[in-house]
Amino acid sequence: MIQVESLTKYYKDLCAVDQINLDIQKGEILGLLGPNGAGKTTTLRMLTGFLKPTSGTVRVKDFTIDRDVLEIKKLLGYLPEEAPLYHDMLVYDYLNYVANIRQIEKERKLSRIRQLADLCGINEVMHQPIGELSKGYKQRVGLAHAMMNDPEILVLDEPTSGLDPNQIVEIRKIIKRIGKQKTIVLSTHILTEAEATCDRIVIINQGKIAADGSTDSLKKSVSRSNLINVVIQDADFKSVENKLASIDSVEKVTKIDQTDNHLHVRLTCQPSADPRADIYRKIKQTEWILLDFHQPTQTLENIFRELTKEN
Amino acid sequence: MRQVIHIFNKEFKAYFVSPIAYIVISVFLLVTGWFFFMAFFLYNQASLRSFFTLLPIIFSFVIPAITMRLISEELNIGSYEILLSMPVTFTDVVLGKFFASVGFIVAMLIPTLTYPLTVATIGQLDWGPVFGGYIGAVFLGAAFSAIGLFSSALTRNQIIAFIIAVAICFTLTLIDKMLFFLPRSLLGVAAYLGADYHFQNISKGIIDSRDIVYFISTCFIGLYGAHLVLQEKH
Repeated sequence: MIQVESLTKYYKDLCAVDQINLDIQKGEILGLLGPNGAGKTTTLRMLTGFLKPTSGTVRVKDFTIDRDVLEIKKLLGYLPEEAPLYHDMLVYDYLNYVANIRQIEKERKLSRIRQLADLCGINEVMHQPIGELSKGYKQRVGLAHAMMNDPEILVLDEPTSGLDPNQIVEIRKIIKRIGKQKTIVLSTHILTEAEATCDRIVIINQGKIAADGSTDSLKKSVSRSNLINVVIQDADFKSVENKLASIDSVEKVTKIDQTDNHLHVRLTCQPSADPRADIYRKIKQTEWILLDFHQPTQTLENIFRELTKEN
Repeated sequence: MRQVIHIFNKEFKAYFVSPIAYIVISVFLLVTGWFFFMAFFLYNQASLRSFFTLLPIIFSFVIPAITMRLISEELNIGSYEILLSMPVTFTDVVLGKFFASVGFIVAMLIPTLTYPLTVATIGQLDWGPVFGGYIGAVFLGAAFSAIGLFSSALTRNQIIAFIIAVAICFTLTLIDKMLFFLPRSLLGVAAYLGADYHFQNISKGIIDSRDIVYFISTCFIGLYGAHLVLQEKH
């Protein structure tokens, strides 16, 4: 559906996006993740033809962005960050204007606007000026705007930023619902959101792709070390270290925290080994009381931090 | 072309849903009405000469106020990004906004038709110069709109856009009155550049192709400039 080839953007000397390659399939919900200033918005802006890439190209279906930008715009719906809409227009007037520009036939216009109003839940604000709406409603109007011509591809730049938790759930529901038939590219820096809504996640850092894959495959790829956390009562670190380090597959014992007489240690184990049974047996031989014993699962949060931290 | 019409419609309506239109039109009518009728009975002549003499100077303040928000507001709130995500070209955007501004100027001039009507009831009015004057006023308004649109594309700050446009329009209006500062070799060129010079020709009732060409080429340069600036921002 969308092919992005070695897309690069320089702002003067600053490289915002550096040689990005992406192949987005039809019907995919792709989440673009990255810290602030990673180049997410710039990438999306180039996808939609708002910015010209310094080099590289974007192909949508059979169209290339530098030649057929108008054709691509007809296939795309775009919601920029913060939904910057005309403040002094009424919601209905605005959607009507968008319908005109999108060249929707007169007879279908009203029914289409009604349909979108239902889908995005903006029926009750149709006759209010956009400037007076709350952020959540503005975002929904922006979403309605983006979907006006029933585009095959929706590009959403941080669709849930600044919304309250209920609104976030609402918008996510809408995205999920639309995503059944459409290709959606959305950017976000909220990890749970990407996890909840996206089929595929691309992590961008400093203009480059740091990781690309489904949530599960990303989790697998990063969990290279095998960690076990243990909290023990009535034990001192020295003897715990001696005891547990004697197990073959345990490489290192590190103290994380000690409060009252609760000792929190982390065991670094060999990647393929599972020494949990041995650890349990060792502890059972002693007078210590085992309070907590778990393997931290790799969350998207960890992967993200791992991939995007400085150096 | 259809996109131009849609953008024109939206922009033209936008003038009248906000108070700008009413404020600008009232100020315009107040100022022109006051200056026109103040001297009218002293001259004791049934003509609109003094109205048309004043018009370029008033226009060079009023029109920048009309055009200043057209593009800079979009740049400022970011709606420009949304506009360009839809299937429109820069030419559509620039032309749509330009015609909206010209349309607004026509709407602003319509109430002033009461001046010639009033004068015609008091004395013998020669309608030729009046028609010429109104045609000239629309051309002048279009040229100044194009300049205003250009300066509005330059910045996201409406006040700066206003000041740049006033500076250019005011210079064009006064340049043929400043000729004594210039070396003789430049006199012809400078006089030709003066918007007032061409406007006064038309408002005498003489519609000369040179004057029309001047206004159309000013429009073209302004609009093309705006187009280039937008493309550069892209």
